[in-house]
Amino acid sequence: MTAHTTESPIAEEPGVIRRFGRMLLADKFAFCAAIFLIVMILLAIVGPSWFGDIAIKQNLRGRNLPPFDWERGWIWWMGADALGRPLLARIIVATQNTLMVAAGAVVISAVVGTVLGLIAGFSSPRVNQVIMRLADVIMSFPSLLIAVIVLYLLGSSILNLMLVLAITRIPVYLRTTRAEVLEIRERMFVQAARVMGASSKRILFRHILPVVFPTLTTLATLDFAYVMLAESALSFLGIGIQPPEITWGLMISQGRQYLTNAWWLSFWPGLAIILTTMSLNLLSNWMRIAFDPVQRWRLEMRGSTNG
Amino acid sequence: MADHLLEVRNLSVEFHTAMGTVKAVDSISYHVDRGETLAILGESGSGKSVSSSAIMNLIDMPPGRISSGEILLDGADLLRMSAEQRRQINGKRIAMIFQDPLSHLNPVYTVGWQIRETLTAHGKSSAEAQTEALRLVTRVGIPDPEHALKKYPHQFSGGQRQRIMIAMALALRPDLLIADEPTTALDVTVQAEVLALLKELQRETGMAVIIITHDLGVVTEIADRVVVMEKGALVESGTVREVYKSPQHPYTRKLIAAAPGKGEMHEPHSKGEPALSVRDVRKAYGGFQALKGISFDLMPGETLAVVGESGSGKSTLARILLRLDEPDGGSALWKGRDLFTLAPAELYKLRRDLQMVFQDPTQSLNPRMTVYQLISEAWVIHPDILPRPKWREKVAELLVQVGLSPDHMKRYPHQFSGGQRQRIAIARALALEPQLIVCDEAVSALDVSIQAQVIALLDRLRKEMGIAFIFIAHDLPVVRDFADHVMVMQKGEVVELGTVREVFEAPQQEYTRALLAASLDPDPDVQAALRAARMEHAS
Repeated sequence: MTAHTTESPIAEEPGVIRRFGRMLLADKFAFCAAIFLIVMILLAIVGPSWFGDIAIKQNLRGRNLPPFDWERGWIWWMGADALGRPLLARIIVATQNTLMVAAGAVVISAVVGTVLGLIAGFSSPRVNQVIMRLADVIMSFPSLLIAVIVLYLLGSSILNLMLVLAITRIPVYLRTTRAEVLEIRERMFVQAARVMGASSKRILFRHILPVVFPTLTTLATLDFAYVMLAESALSFLGIGIQPPEITWGLMISQGRQYLTNAWWLSFWPGLAIILTTMSLNLLSNWMRIAFDPVQRWRLEMRGSTNG
Repeated sequence: MADHLLEVRNLSVEFHTAMGTVKAVDSISYHVDRGETLAILGESGSGKSVSSSAIMNLIDMPPGRISSGEILLDGADLLRMSAEQRRQINGKRIAMIFQDPLSHLNPVYTVGWQIRETLTAHGKSSAEAQTEALRLVTRVGIPDPEHALKKYPHQFSGGQRQRIMIAMALALRPDLLIADEPTTALDVTVQAEVLALLKELQRETGMAVIIITHDLGVVTEIADRVVVMEKGALVESGTVREVYKSPQHPYTRKLIAAAPGKGEMHEPHSKGEPALSVRDVRKAYGGFQALKGISFDLMPGETLAVVGESGSGKSTLARILLRLDEPDGGSALWKGRDLFTLAPAELYKLRRDLQMVFQDPTQSLNPRMTVYQLISEAWVIHPDILPRPKWREKVAELLVQVGLSPDHMKRYPHQFSGGQRQRIAIARALALEPQLIVCDEAVSALDVSIQAQVIALLDRLRKEMGIAFIFIAHDLPVVRDFADHVMVMQKGEVVELGTVREVFEAPQQEYTRALLAASLDPDPDVQAALRAARMEHAS
C-alpha cells in the first residue's frame, strides 16, 4: 500500500507554539515529563538560595532519621542523613550542581561530537582518518583514568568536571553521527541538493542533520544518566565535587555505607536521578515523533479525539 | 463445488489504521483451474497483492482482518483451517515467488543448501534431496548446475536468482504457484526468458499459476484469463483477448490506453549547433569499465533517450554529466565550455542550466521539508534568480504548471501519491529555469497510467519552454512517443544511435532487435508476432 493522500484542503494551520502545545497535551506521559523537568529546573535555580542553610545545618540528634515522620516539619519527610541534615532540602539544593554538570557535559559532548561527526562523514578521507583516530585514542583510555589525570592537573571545579565528562563522551556522538552521515549522504535527496548546487554546509545542516537529530537526542538523554553516575564516581574517588558541595551522585555514594540500616540515604537521590532521566527519555521520544512530519499525525490525531 | 482448484469467494480484507478502517479488498471473487494461468492486474494500491497474501496466510492480523468470504482449495476453506494445517499446505500445495529474489534468499547459505532444506524439511533423505536439487537447478536453466549449487545468492544475476526462486518453489511440486510481480525487477530480455520458463514448467507439471502484475504486457504474454482490480474492487474479468479487445469498464479502458508506444513518433529536424556535445567519456570503477568511450550530440529543445539494461552504464553517464561522479576521460561541451574541467565556482553557476529528475521521488524529496521549502530551496541556493517576496507566487505557478494545486504548498511529500511526488520533483527542477533536464528512469517507479501523464507533462514542458531532455530508461516502448533520438547502450558502449524512427523501424544492430523483441506488447496479436520473432532469435 502506498501512503494515503488526503484530498481535502488543509485547514488554516495554527501557530507553531499552539500546535506543539496541543501535541504535547496529546501525549500524557510526555506532558507530565515536561512539567517534572520544568519543576526541576526551577528548583535548580531557586533551591540553593532558599534551602542552602538548612541543607548543611547538622543535627546530630536526628542522625539517619527515617522518612515519613509526619510529626516533624515537611522538610524532614524524606528523613535525614548521617549528620542529621534533612534529605529533602539536600536533594533540592543538589539539583543545581547535578543538572549543571550533567546538562553541561551532555550538551558540550553532543555538540562537539556531532559537529566532528558531520565533518568526518562528509569531508576528505584524510580529515576523516584524523578525526576517527582521535576518537579511538579517547575511547581506548579508560574514561575515569582521563578524568583522574585531568582533574589532578587542573584542579576540581564544576567547569573542569563538565569538560572532563564531556571529552570522555564525545566519541559516542562522533561515531553515531559519522555512521549515519555516511548512509544519508548517499540518499537521493542529498544527491538532488547537490545537483541544485547546494554547498556542503547547506547539505550538512539542512538535509543531513535533521535526519540524524532524533538519534542524537535519544542518545543524549541516555547519556544524561550515565554522566550523573560518572560524576558521582569521580566524587567518590575524591577528585569530583567535594563536600560541602552536594550532588545527587555524591549523596548516593555517601549513603552507600549505611545501605543496610538506612536505605533512604541513597534511595531518594537515586529516585531523583531515575525520574529525571525517565522524564528526559519520555520527552525525547515525544520530540522524535513531533518533529517528524511523517509521524506527526499520530499525535495530532490523538489530540483531536481527546478533545 | 470442487471443480476449481482454487476459488476465492466474496473475500474482503480490512486494515485498521489510525485514519479509520481501510478496505484493502472489497468482496472479490475469482477462481483458477489446474493448468491455467490467471493474472491479477492492478496498479499500486489496488489491493492486488492482498488477496494472495490472504491465500498464503501472510496478512498480519491485527491490523488486518478478513471480514468476509472464503478461500476454497479443492473445496476446503483455507480460512477455517488451523495454523498447522495451513502450514502443511503452504509450500507443499501452494508456493509463492516474489519480486525481489535477493531479499528472499538467505545470503549466508549456499543455494544448494537452501533448495535441499526445502526438500528435507518435507521428509526427503539428503541423498534424494541432492539429486532432486540438481535436477531442479538444471531444469530452470542455470549454467553449470553442479557448481552452481555450491554458490551463494549474491554470486548470481537477478534473472538467475529468480530462476533459483522458481526452482525452490517447484521443489515440492505444488498445485498452485503464486507469482507476485516476478519480473518487475528484471531487464526486459531477462523478463521474457523467465516468463517463458514459467510457461514451460506449467505445461510440464500442469500446475495452476496466479500472476500478480501491473504490466499489461506480462498479462498478454503469459496469462489465459485476467482479473482487473482498482481500489480494492474487482472491476473486470475475462480472457486476455476479450479484456484487451473489448474492455467493459472505464478503468480497464484507461489502463489499455495508457500503455506506451502507440502515439506518433517525433521527427527531429532541428539543425545547427548542438547544445551539448559529449565526446569519448570514460569511467572505470576499479578494473570494471563502466563507460568505454561514449559520444553523442544533443540539440537544444530535443529529447535524447538513453536505453539500456542494468549494467549498461546509462546511470553512470547521467551522474558524470551532472558531475556527481568524476569521469576518467573525455569531454562534454555545454555551450562551448567543457563541463568536466569547470572549477567549483563556475560549476555552481552552471547548475542552473542542468537539472536532474531522479527515479524514485519518495527518496529524492527530503521527507522533512514541505513542498514550498523543497521548491524554493533552489532560490535559497541561487539567490539571484528571484527575490524572496515573489517566491510564494512562483511556487504556486510552478505547481499549477506541473498539474498540482497551489494549496499543496504546505504539505509534506509523504502526503502525496507517487505520481504527484514525481511532479513535485519536476517542479523543483523547473524552479532553476534549466535548459537541460536529465531524467534518470524518471517514470520507471510509477504506475502505467501515471507514467503516461508524467511523460505527457515532460513533453509539454519541452515544447513550451524549449528544454532539452536526456531521458534514461531501461524499456524501449516508454521512449517511443517522447524521444527525438534514441541511443541504445550495452556494457558501457553505444550500440546504436539514431532518430526514434530509425531505431524502432529499422534497427541495425542485433542487440537493438533483441531488445525490441523482448519488450512485451499489451496487444495479444502483436505479442504473438513478437514471440515468434523471439523464437527466431533464440534459434
